[in-house]
Amino acid sequence: MADPTTGPTADPATDPAAALYRTVALVRGFEQRAVELVRAKVVPGGIHPYTGQEAIAAGTCAALRPDDVITSTHRGHGHVLAKGADPARTMAELAGRTTGLNRGRGGSMHAADFGVGVLGANAIVGAAVPIAAGAAWAFRRAGSDRVALSYFGDGAVSQGVVLEAFNLAALWRVPLVLVCENNGFATSMRTADTVAGSILGRAAAFGIPARTVDGTDPEAVRDATAEAVARARAGGGPTLLECTAYRFDAHHTWEHTARPRYRTDEEVAAGRARDPLEIQGARIPAATRAAIDAQVAELLDRAVRFACEGPHPDPATALDHLYATGMRARAGVR
Amino acid sequence: MPKLSYLKALNRAIGDEMDRDEAVCVFGEDVGVAVTHATAGLLKRFGPDRVLDTPISEQAFTGFATGAALAGLRPLIEFQIPALLFLVFEQIANQAHKFSLMTGGQTRVPVTYLLPGSGSRESWAGQHSDHPYSLFAHVGVKTVVPATPADAYGLLATAIRDDDPVVVFAPSGALGVREDLDPAALVPVPLGVGRIHRSGTDVTVVAVGHLVHDALAVAEELAGTVSVEVFDPRTLFPFDWSGLAASLERTGRLVVVDDSNRTCGIGGEIIATAAEEMRLIAPPRRVTRPDGAVLPFARELDLACQPTRAQLRAAVEKAVGAG
Ligand SMILES: Cc1ncc(C[n+]2csc(CCOP(=O)(O)OP(=O)(O)O)c2C)c(N)n1
Repeated sequence: MADPTTGPTADPATDPAAALYRTVALVRGFEQRAVELVRAKVVPGGIHPYTGQEAIAAGTCAALRPDDVITSTHRGHGHVLAKGADPARTMAELAGRTTGLNRGRGGSMHAADFGVGVLGANAIVGAAVPIAAGAAWAFRRAGSDRVALSYFGDGAVSQGVVLEAFNLAALWRVPLVLVCENNGFATSMRTADTVAGSILGRAAAFGIPARTVDGTDPEAVRDATAEAVARARAGGGPTLLECTAYRFDAHHTWEHTARPRYRTDEEVAAGRARDPLEIQGARIPAATRAAIDAQVAELLDRAVRFACEGPHPDPATALDHLYATGMRARAGVR
Repeated sequence: MPKLSYLKALNRAIGDEMDRDEAVCVFGEDVGVAVTHATAGLLKRFGPDRVLDTPISEQAFTGFATGAALAGLRPLIEFQIPALLFLVFEQIANQAHKFSLMTGGQTRVPVTYLLPGSGSRESWAGQHSDHPYSLFAHVGVKTVVPATPADAYGLLATAIRDDDPVVVFAPSGALGVREDLDPAALVPVPLGVGRIHRSGTDVTVVAVGHLVHDALAVAEELAGTVSVEVFDPRTLFPFDWSGLAASLERTGRLVVVDDSNRTCGIGGEIIATAAEEMRLIAPPRRVTRPDGAVLPFARELDLACQPTRAQLRAAVEKAVGAG
């Protein structure tokens, strides 16, 4: 078979393989920069790095339309970027600047961009699944064929609210794609130690079609998502995709200092060996890959600069946006 | 004397109570590797029958603890973040809390709910920064907010021994506090008994949790001009009303500083009770989070929603000036 990496260069604007690689590279680079900015204390509060799981965000979003929506998790930057949010404004949000996606009010765990269909990252495990289901149902009710896609971790499948959402979505044939990112862990706990039965079995109980997908392969994820999205658009109801991957980095950046021991260096090295960046990189011409890498690096340089240059919000505006009507809350002192 | 940190004090209280009473067991997420440090070493010491890592199933394991308690155990549940109390409010307020009365006293529910890191951790944003102790006092669940390592030890030990459900809020702003302490001096502290950290004659400052340390700093700043008494209720429900009344007999002026939202916050209850039943010679004042506050992410906005020393100082000066 011909080696795709030695072929003529491909344009990510028109070549799907190159486009997928670009998203994976963007998310990987973004996470690395964000971790650096946490260490430099530009990003307060820390982040949950998505490194190793990029193929899931890239593959799923490649199968969605711009007018479809997603809900995300505490580990959400990858989803937000893959759905099309501006990396510079996303980074500015992590840095708590007024130029951020949420004007510095949400930060890493709540990054949202309604303009590109991101209904918000959510810091309560499992909480966004019924939210996505409700949005999807509303689309159907309005007569459109838009779909919603909800990301959640393997830890979330033990949340009652997730299973209750499965029931509603299946019962009412809601156009929803359920994406369980099984990265092997819920903080320190292994999936096998927290999930009785299986993740697919939970979907089966509600009559929801489900399959396991290699979540390190962007194209496998994209193809599986495309099928699920087609079913949803056609009125076939929800589908569950369990995307398996390995979390390369810490659960959260506090782990860089606290270092709880729950996995060995050998295990991490073995997990890192299946790298979505390499898997997708091997599918495109080397020159294309180099060009994309350079373009992404420059984009991220600009994003970091934009984030650092953004103004800090004025403390007097701390509760702006608390009420949609503009109602002002009473201050804590008078 | 050795320095004892607040977190270590919590850890020691759990270990000591597990040693003392076989019925004490621990549930929570990642308690095995002790991501919050409060459960450090317990799995190794007591084994997986007494220290259980739970799936992310807060509603279920909170109700599960109620069942285990009905069957004779004394569970302690650790929650990683205070907002999880909103998820399990039903299990605590509607189940655990109501069992004793609804069964005509046939049973009791000795469960302790421990929140190591309540309130703002600075830039953990909207869903990780709540400090919902007023809600539990409102429904009448025993509610504890220790300010110092010795009180953290003593109140947690008492909570574990208590036959009712007790929520123990360890404010993140207090976790770093250290104290010179002889470990032998660590003893249980009764619920419902306040502590005067500093006596004074002009004004009583009631401070909750980590704000005790701010109140002490303000009292020190004002030492030349105003004599401030710092009263730490230590438990918000039951509340040491007679201790507060005695303090107001001396000072007649009241300022409350409380890191919860203003409307229906514990600060309002303290002021209302004082106004109804106690000696006040000047209008009382309170310093709280704003109404309905959701803590924004950016550091300066997060801080802007929490009571500050400057606000407390101004409130004390106003209270005294108004006398
Ligand atoms: C309901 C709830 N419980 C606990 C937490 C604390 N917490 C944050 S992330 C996490 C682990 C989540 O695991 P998983 O769903 O597998 O997602 P992953 O972190 O692996 O991406 C926990 C326990 C939370 N945020 N929400």
